[in-house]
Amino acid sequence: MSPVLDIDALLNDPQTRVIVCCGAGGVGKTTVAAALGLRAAESGRQVVVLTIDPARRLAQSLGLTTLDNTPRPVLSIDVARGGSLDAMMLDMKRTFDEVVMAHAAPDKAEQILANPFYQAVSSSFAGTQEYMAMEKLGQLRLEADRNPDNPRWDLIVVDTPPSRSALDFLDAPKRLGSFLDGRFIRILAAPAKVGGRAYLKVFTTGVNIVTTAMTKLLGGQMLTDVQTFVAALDTMFGGFRERADHTYALLSDSATKFIVVAAPERDALREASYFVDRLDEEGMPLAGLVVNRVYRVSAPGLSAARALAAAEELDDIENGSPSNGRSGVSDSTAITQALLRLHAVQAEIAGRHQALAKRFIAGHPDIPTVEVPAASQDIHDLVGLRTVGEALAGQRA
Amino acid sequence: MALGAASVRDTDWDGVRLHVVTGKGGTGKTTVAAALALALAGQGRRVLLAEVEGRQGISQTFDVAPLASVEARIAHAAQGGEVFGLSVDAKAALLEYLHMYYKLGRAGGLLEKFGAIDFATTIAPGVRDVLLIGKVYEAVRRRKEHRAKGPGAARTYDAVVLDAPPTGRVARFLNVNHEVADLARVGPIRSQADSITAMLKSPQTVVHVVTLLEEMPVQETVDAIAELRAVGMPVGGVVVNQVRETILTPKALKTAARSAISRKDVAADLTRVKVRATDAIVDGLLAEARDHAERVALEHEADLVVAGLRRPTYRLPSLSEGVDANGIRELAETLVAQGMA
Repeated sequence: MSPVLDIDALLNDPQTRVIVCCGAGGVGKTTVAAALGLRAAESGRQVVVLTIDPARRLAQSLGLTTLDNTPRPVLSIDVARGGSLDAMMLDMKRTFDEVVMAHAAPDKAEQILANPFYQAVSSSFAGTQEYMAMEKLGQLRLEADRNPDNPRWDLIVVDTPPSRSALDFLDAPKRLGSFLDGRFIRILAAPAKVGGRAYLKVFTTGVNIVTTAMTKLLGGQMLTDVQTFVAALDTMFGGFRERADHTYALLSDSATKFIVVAAPERDALREASYFVDRLDEEGMPLAGLVVNRVYRVSAPGLSAARALAAAEELDDIENGSPSNGRSGVSDSTAITQALLRLHAVQAEIAGRHQALAKRFIAGHPDIPTVEVPAASQDIHDLVGLRTVGEALAGQRA
Repeated sequence: MALGAASVRDTDWDGVRLHVVTGKGGTGKTTVAAALALALAGQGRRVLLAEVEGRQGISQTFDVAPLASVEARIAHAAQGGEVFGLSVDAKAALLEYLHMYYKLGRAGGLLEKFGAIDFATTIAPGVRDVLLIGKVYEAVRRRKEHRAKGPGAARTYDAVVLDAPPTGRVARFLNVNHEVADLARVGPIRSQADSITAMLKSPQTVVHVVTLLEEMPVQETVDAIAELRAVGMPVGGVVVNQVRETILTPKALKTAARSAISRKDVAADLTRVKVRATDAIVDGLLAEARDHAERVALEHEADLVVAGLRRPTYRLPSLSEGVDANGIRELAETLVAQGMA
C-alpha cells in the first residue's frame, strides 16, 4: 500500500513555493494545475498559476480571455482566508522577445528581433515553448521574491507544455542553451576566437568543409542569418547555458515540488512511470502522483457479475411467469435490468482502472498517490475546479 | 470478417497512398493509426506504419521490440498482407540523405563531430520536420526493383500510415514549406520541402483526425480541420474513438435524466432476484443512471458538432479489455466494415 499524497499539507506548507504539474498530453494536467492553484488560494496563499495551452472554456473560467503574458487576478474566488489567485497564459514568442529586450542594447535588440532565424526559433522551434515556460517560471519566482516581507505571490503553480515527450521541458532548456552556446554555433559565428594559431589552421579546414556542406544543404542565406543571430546574442547573454543551469537549479530546489499527473490508461501510466523514474534520477523533488479521472461506481457493493446475473434472472422470472400472460418484461423491470447492465459495464471499467492504478503503485510503492474520480462533465468553471480540488485533497464530493 | 476474397472493394480513400493520422493527446491516435495500417494491409497488401516523435507508441501497441530507424515487419494481415513499422529519426534521416545525395564522406563525419547534425536536426527551425516527413515521403515513393526503377516498377508499399504529431501541432508540422521558406530560400532542403509539399497537397494524401465524444477533443478536431484547410492540406475522415455502447433505451435515459426512475420498483425487482436492496445499492444504481444520462447527452452534443464537419466519419468501439494486439485487429475489421480501408 503506497502512502497517500496529502495535497493540503503540500499546499499549506509555506516552504512549498513552486508546484510543477507534468504528465502526458490529454490527462488533465492543466485542470489539475488550476484546481491546485484555486484550492491553495482559497486556503489563504498568494498564488499565481502559469498555464501553457488551456482549453478555451477552462481559460475563460480563470478570466484568461487574452494571451498577453501578464498575470491577472481571477475574480470571484473565496478570499475569506486572505488568499489571492492570479493566472496567466504563456506567450512564448513574447517571453523570448522580453528576454532579448531586457538584456540587449536597444539597437542590438532590434537587430535580433528582426532576424529571420530568431523569428523562427522564437515561434516554432520545438523546444522553445518548454524553454520559455521555464524562463517565465524563473521570472515569476524572481518577482515573487522581490519583496520578501510582502511577496506578491508565495506559491507558483506551473503547468508543463504538452510535449512530444513529457520530459522535454526538463531537457529543452539545456538543449537550447547548449546549442546556442555550443561549439558549432560559435564556430559559425566567430571561428577565429577558438583555440591558438596552430590549432586554428587544422580547425579552420574542418570548419570550411562543414560550412561548405551546410551551405550546400541549407542555402547560403540561412548560414548568414544564423551567424548574425548568434553574434548578436553573444554580446548580450551571459550564456544560454548559464540561464539553463539556473532554471535547472530552481527546479531541483527543495521549495519546488513535482506532481505527476496520469490517467488510468496503460500508455499514460507507462509515461508517468518513466517520468517518475526520470525525476528520481535527476534528483528532482517529486511530491507524488495524481491518477486523474478514475472511474468509480456509485454502488460499489454490487459486483459486475452479480448485476449481470440478476438482470438475466429478471428475464427468466418475467418470461417464465404463468401469471404474466404475455411475453417480454414489464416497462419498470426493463428499466431495472438496464440499470443492472449499466452497472455491470461501469463496474468493469472501474475495476480495470483500479487494476491499472494498483499495478503502477506496486511498481512504485514509495510514491504518494491520490486518485481523482472521473466527473461526468468537462470541467470549465470555478465550481468544477473546486470539486477537483476537494477530490485532490481526498474529500469525496 | 469474411469479405469478397479476390474482388477489390471500393473504399472511401481509393487512390490514397499516404494516410496521416492526428488527434488530441489521449484520444488514441496511435491505436487508430495502427488499426488503419492493419486494415489497409488486408488483401495481401504491404503497408508501412511510421511514427515521428520517437515515442515507441507503435512497438508498444503491437507488443514488439522497440522500432529503430530501419523498417521492420510488425504484423501479418489477411491473405499475406504485412505491416512494417518505422520510428523515423531526424538524425538518421539526415545522415542517410547526405549519403544519398552528396556522398559526403569526410564532411559527413565532421558534420557529426562539430555538432552540425545535432544543430540541423534539433534546432534549425523546420529542418527537422522536413527531414522527418522527407523520410515518409521517400517511403511513399520508393519502388521495389532497383534495376528497373522508373514508373514501371512496383511500389515498395501499397500505402503508408503516418502517426503524426497531435492536433495542436499537426498543421505546422505538415506545412514544411512555410516553415523553411524564410530560412532556406534556395538549396536542396528547399527543393526537398517543395516536393514534399506537392505530394502532401496531392490527392495521394489525406489527413484523418481522431476524436472522442468529449468537448475538448471535438473542439480541437474542429480547430485542426480549419487549420489544415487554411494551409491547403487535404482533410480526410474523422474517427470517433472509444464509442461506448448505449445500454439504456432512449426512454429510460429520459426518465433517468429527470431522476424519475421509481426507487420502489427498482428495489422490488432487486429483491425478487435476491440482490440485497439496501439504500446504498438502490441509490447508487439510480445515481449511475443519472450520470450516464448526463454523459450521453454531452456525447450527443459532441456528436452533432462532428456531424456538422461533414466529413466521412468512422466509429470505433471502446474495447472492454483495453487495447492489445487482438484489440487492434478487432478495430481494423471495424474500419474495413465501415469503408475506411
